[in-house]
Amino acid sequence: MEKVTRLASERGVVIFTKSSCCLCYAVKILFQELGVNPTVHEIDKDTEGREMEKAIARLGCSAPIPVVYIGGKLVGSTNEVMSLHLSGSLIPLLKPYSATLS
Amino acid sequence: MNSPSTQFVSSRRMGVYDPIQQINMWGESLKSNVNLAASIPLIDEAEIKFDSQSEDASHGMLGTNNKYDQEASKPIDKIQRRLAQNREAARKSRLRKKAYVQQLESSRLKLMQLEQELERARQQGMYVGGGLDTNHLGFAGPINSGITTFEMEYGHWVEKQNSQILELRNALNSHIGDLELRILVDDMMNHYSEIFRMKSAAAKADVFYVMSGMWKTTAERFFLWIGGFRPSELLKVLLPLIEPLTEQQRLDVCNLGQSCQQAEDALSQGMEKLQQTLADSIAAGQLMEGSYIPQMATAIEKLEALVSFVNQADHLRKETLQQMSRILTIRQAARCLLALGEYFQRLRALSSLWSNRPREPA
Repeated sequence: MEKVTRLASERGVVIFTKSSCCLCYAVKILFQELGVNPTVHEIDKDTEGREMEKAIARLGCSAPIPVVYIGGKLVGSTNEVMSLHLSGSLIPLLKPYSATLS
Repeated sequence: MNSPSTQFVSSRRMGVYDPIQQINMWGESLKSNVNLAASIPLIDEAEIKFDSQSEDASHGMLGTNNKYDQEASKPIDKIQRRLAQNREAARKSRLRKKAYVQQLESSRLKLMQLEQELERARQQGMYVGGGLDTNHLGFAGPINSGITTFEMEYGHWVEKQNSQILELRNALNSHIGDLELRILVDDMMNHYSEIFRMKSAAAKADVFYVMSGMWKTTAERFFLWIGGFRPSELLKVLLPLIEPLTEQQRLDVCNLGQSCQQAEDALSQGMEKLQQTLADSIAAGQLMEGSYIPQMATAIEKLEALVSFVNQADHLRKETLQQMSRILTIRQAARCLLALGEYFQRLRALSSLWSNRPREPA
């Protein structure tokens, strides 16, 4: 869990994914479309991936992956990201970390 | 799967004096299949022998009786007449039985053909349900109860949708108060939540069924995007119909449309990636090996990812509707929902017209 929070705070926009997950890829594309380059951690490629996966599952997001952190704070999974974006609240969160938005 | 032959008693087991009820029952069900009787009779020679044998038997019986009645003439006439009538009745009965058996045989053949077509269609991944009354045909095959349930519930959903649209239209024309209007709007919103819940269950039962929009009419399917309508397109259609809007509302709706578009693009690209990785996993190894079990295993994992895409697309649709109801006033929302409902009604009507249009004779 510490590794998760440490990695989550290292950068502005952090996504925990699995290399085979195409929905994770879609979320990454969305962020890129909004002018943000997220830091992607593929937990299936990580040596401590198993523990990270368990820790992430305990966060209680709508899905186990992808899991998104913005500014070190947990945003959630794809559902949460989409809801935020449609309500117009995602872009304000991303402004500090985007070259094109601010 | 039950073979159709078990449904029909073989003609050989069917005695001449079978229970009339059974024959009548089958007669009822075959009445509509009169055209099937026109096919070549499949009765074998043994059957014909059986008939002539029974005819000989009755002649034999008559022969014995005749000897004893030769003395009296009046009773002989009566008896002769009755015997002749019996013979005639028996002959007619045998002819009817023959005709029946012919009908049964050709129906059986038709059934076998239909069964084969169904199997072929199922293997090709098409869902063949709807019009066929599977209980009646006695299929115990791989029927997907989750999809059967969905199709049934969807029929009810459309009916309720149509009555809600009618109610909303009347309400807007009669200038009812905002409070009552809100109830109608909430009802309709809940009704949409219902279809998304149903689709989620159906996606678990058969994701390809949902992806292909199998329950939708043809015109609706033309606009299909990941198992349903494309929210941004719908917003473009509905926007001019909910004027007048305040400047803030117009801005909000535009932003909503743009966010929708971006989310849709991201999901579409994710789907493309899924297609690509699926193709890669199927093609892994040499495509000339002849055995492909490991490829199938990884491919199946990929297909399961489709379920999450369908759910995500539905989540997007649901969120779009909810955002619209937040941006608009209750009256605007009511007009918006009415327009949305009628839009789909028109699409369904178009599909119906299209399938019933007069075609050029081949």
